Amino acid sequence: MATVAIGSIRAQIYGTAPPRGLFCDFPLGRPLGVPGDAAFQRRVMEAAFGLLGRSEPVVEDYEITIDDADTEVLMCPLPARMDPDAHPAIDEAQGLRPAYDRAVAKYGNRAGAVRLLDADAIPDAIQSFIRVAEGQPWKQAGIPGVPARVSQDIRGYYEMAAMEIADHTPAAWAGYRWFRDQTKTGEVIGKARDAMRESGAKEPLWRFLLPSDS
Amino acid sequence: MSDQSIKQASSRIPCPTFETTAFTTPKPLADAKVAIVTSASLHHADDDDFGVVDAGYRVLHRDRRDIVVGHWSPNFDASGVSADLNVVFPIDRLEEMATDGAIGSVSDVHLAFAGNQFDLAAIRMDGGPAGAKYLAEQGVDVVLLTPV
Repeated sequence: MATVAIGSIRAQIYGTAPPRGLFCDFPLGRPLGVPGDAAFQRRVMEAAFGLLGRSEPVVEDYEITIDDADTEVLMCPLPARMDPDAHPAIDEAQGLRPAYDRAVAKYGNRAGAVRLLDADAIPDAIQSFIRVAEGQPWKQAGIPGVPARVSQDIRGYYEMAAMEIADHTPAAWAGYRWFRDQTKTGEVIGKARDAMRESGAKEPLWRFLLPSDS
Repeated sequence: MSDQSIKQASSRIPCPTFETTAFTTPKPLADAKVAIVTSASLHHADDDDFGVVDAGYRVLHRDRRDIVVGHWSPNFDASGVSADLNVVFPIDRLEEMATDGAIGSVSDVHLAFAGNQFDLAAIRMDGGPAGAKYLAEQGVDVVLLTPV
């Protein structure tokens, strides 16, 4: 078999010296470049497959770069408070449920609440991180699985709902930035991560609650 | 959040070096059976999730789109693949290329590995060769590798 590899990180695709490699400087998680743009994706594939005709190993840069310049802000209004007795993060998550359900119906569920939890389990999962953020030892907080996996499903739930409310696919990381900076639950997860770190929990347990440079 | 900062951090992860590069000249693309191998930790909804440490692969079937992103790393944008599977696993693009005659055919099976590998020896010596053997048995001529 002949292989052609698309690479998202220059040092890695050049460093590993594949038989044929195409460095595509696109956002991590989008190796074909632009979601929903079949023509763009097709051009990337044609460029990659074009390397199959070479007679010796080759790694090249793709001609187009997509740079996440940390500039796009996702405009996604959050639901109004519905239950004044609930923690704001729980109330927020419950308010987003209709949008989340519409998003799953529209796009399918590849990266929402799907790995460990379903949507019904999200409020309780958030509650467990609220306990951690408020000082309860993480092992006693009722986190329903490996903390990072639970956090992924919560983040996925929010990003799916945001995509539906905003009615477009956001720029790479814009959905995450919205979750981290604009939502009560993003704030809770950040505080829970800090609390776990300060309590001496092993680094892999808290570090991967959020992306590494958060 | 900066995509570039995560890329820079990832660039500092040592890469294995090889004295030689395996190189195979394929049959003409218009006659080749093509498969996708992705490191996006994809799996079908009813298949096993990837473990935290997992050097194995999952088989993705050509005619199924019920695919879950089982990646353990939070360090990538997942909204793109939520909206469009093809931005990671370009199966529909491959079908179009087969219809157009640009490739010979689309493999009935494709593979996903976990991109978050801690023990490269395990995937180099075990999961990787096993996946390659499986695809070779399916008559695959060309593999497109997509990363996450």
